[in-house]
Amino acid sequence: MTLRFDKLGVVIAAISAYAAFAAPFATFRANRIVPGQARSIIEALPAATGPMLLAIIVAAALVALFRTPLALRLAASAVALAALALLIGVAGTFLTPAGNTFARISPASGFWSLIFAFTLLLADVLTRLNLSPWARVGALVVAALAIGLLLISGSWDNLSILKEYFNRADSFWAEGSKHVTLALGSLAAAVIVGLPLGILCHHVERLRAGVLNVLNIIQTIPSIALFGLLIAPLGWVATHVPGAAALGIRGIGTAPAFVALFLYSLLPVVANTVVGLAGVPRAANDAARGMGMTDRQRLFGVEFPLAFPVILTGIRIVLVQNIGLATIAALIGGGGFGVFVFQGVGQTAMDLVLLGAVPTVALAFAAAIILDAVIEMTATKRRVETA
Amino acid sequence: MKPWLPSLLRLALVVLLVAFVTNPGWFEPLLKPLTENNAPVIYNQGSLLTLTLLHLRTVLIATVAATIVAVALAILVTRPAGAEFLPLSRSLVNIGQTFPPVAVLALAVPAVGFGERPTLIALFLYGLLPIFENALTGLTTLPANVVEAARGAGMTGWQRLIKVELPLSAPIILGGIRLSVVISLATATIGSTVAARTLGEVIIAGLLSNNLAFVLQGGLIVAALAVLIYDGLSAIERYTARRMGREAE
Repeated sequence: MTLRFDKLGVVIAAISAYAAFAAPFATFRANRIVPGQARSIIEALPAATGPMLLAIIVAAALVALFRTPLALRLAASAVALAALALLIGVAGTFLTPAGNTFARISPASGFWSLIFAFTLLLADVLTRLNLSPWARVGALVVAALAIGLLLISGSWDNLSILKEYFNRADSFWAEGSKHVTLALGSLAAAVIVGLPLGILCHHVERLRAGVLNVLNIIQTIPSIALFGLLIAPLGWVATHVPGAAALGIRGIGTAPAFVALFLYSLLPVVANTVVGLAGVPRAANDAARGMGMTDRQRLFGVEFPLAFPVILTGIRIVLVQNIGLATIAALIGGGGFGVFVFQGVGQTAMDLVLLGAVPTVALAFAAAIILDAVIEMTATKRRVETA
Repeated sequence: MKPWLPSLLRLALVVLLVAFVTNPGWFEPLLKPLTENNAPVIYNQGSLLTLTLLHLRTVLIATVAATIVAVALAILVTRPAGAEFLPLSRSLVNIGQTFPPVAVLALAVPAVGFGERPTLIALFLYGLLPIFENALTGLTTLPANVVEAARGAGMTGWQRLIKVELPLSAPIILGGIRLSVVISLATATIGSTVAARTLGEVIIAGLLSNNLAFVLQGGLIVAALAVLIYDGLSAIERYTARRMGREAE
């Protein structure tokens, strides 16, 4: 048997070689805002562990470099990622001087490049395996459980992002729930308003162009400006409409953020409802009409189920977009993970930025995978039913 | 609607926009009611014209770079030599879209410092995705008979790419560029949170000093730019689509 090179493997091996031998693995800083000093893998880990990690990386990179069975590549990427995740925690404990609470250890460029390289390998394997929707959600759950276990076990406690977390554990969960409430709440509101609006636009052609144009123009207003512009009208509502202030409607804070996210969410929901309903095969509609179904029965029994995957695609776009946009709500006092991002930028404390950015990316990523799986399930179900 | 009405509206918008960024003082009475305690009505820490031009320059640089890289990548993965990267590149594009712009911006700061550069990186990464996706669609949905005819005429792979495949995909690729420019125009304003000089500066100054006039003028200039550029690119797209006999998306 002759060994042949894998094209992607060449890229992965090159990145890992550079990251493992030339780039810093961890950064040591005397306190949270001074510039750091780089530490290589050998310097950052206790005696035997450093060479062991290097051996694992070299082995996994070799598996990637040559054409090897998918199962082997899957195992190699999983083992490499697990070793990196475990040992960066060990480096945190090892590099922190005993009893020193100011020193900060954070993962450096070498660590991130290695994570990138082996995630690439894992992504390639998972793409080639062509997993079913359920298996993809399963893989996500396994990854989430593994990260959760690492967090609970305390093996990352000496890394600086978790030190930032321990300093603000209460506000982290408060801002987190605000973030999720903002993203999901505005999505729910957009679906409640957008679906009927989309159905209306589908039936009344004269309305369609007008509504879609207005929604398109709303999308062009930069998010920070839209957030800001809603401060005045909502402030007016709060002071002039009795009971509004008691509901939590105020000029600054969550209310303008909620309304802005809602407005941004409307276009994908309405547009996809219109496209989905327009794509319902004429034959299906004719058959339903021939069976004597009323317009209402046709809408809920035929058109809606057939358009559902397209509408779900709109909802996926909105959810991922809202989770990202909700970070900007922090600029107008609306809370969310953006609070940590902007505080961190202000204090040039990058660990604090990460504390806001990492959960946001994780949430958006999980939402995308889960909704993609749901879309595929409904789409295949539909194909089976119509076949 | 009368056929000349849209053109007239567009022209009016251009005139208004140019008048506003060159002579914002003329519009002071209109914005005056939005300020309190005699706060300045027109942004006074830099000229609106300069900021608009800087804003456009940032978007232009990022979009040109994103277009070159995205189209090159799409060409690479649609050649036989790069075909095995096609599924992976699709999933990477999907994953990339889940990164919020604020996070990209904030995380780029430690690597390249404050200012224009983190903004360019974030806009570049964000701009890549729609262009790549459209270029891929364009290059993979070419009419098979045309490609066969080009092959039959004895064209080499390179000639086919330059003379047949790319011109035929141009309208769809342009559609991607249009999406990417509109997203970038709005996203560039967030760059001002890391000290890039864009129109976001005006909006953020307004948010910080509770001056609604600032927020409104910054937001409206960006929105007007986006609408005009969107319109202009759509027109070019329709023109190329007609020439190529291919309907844009």
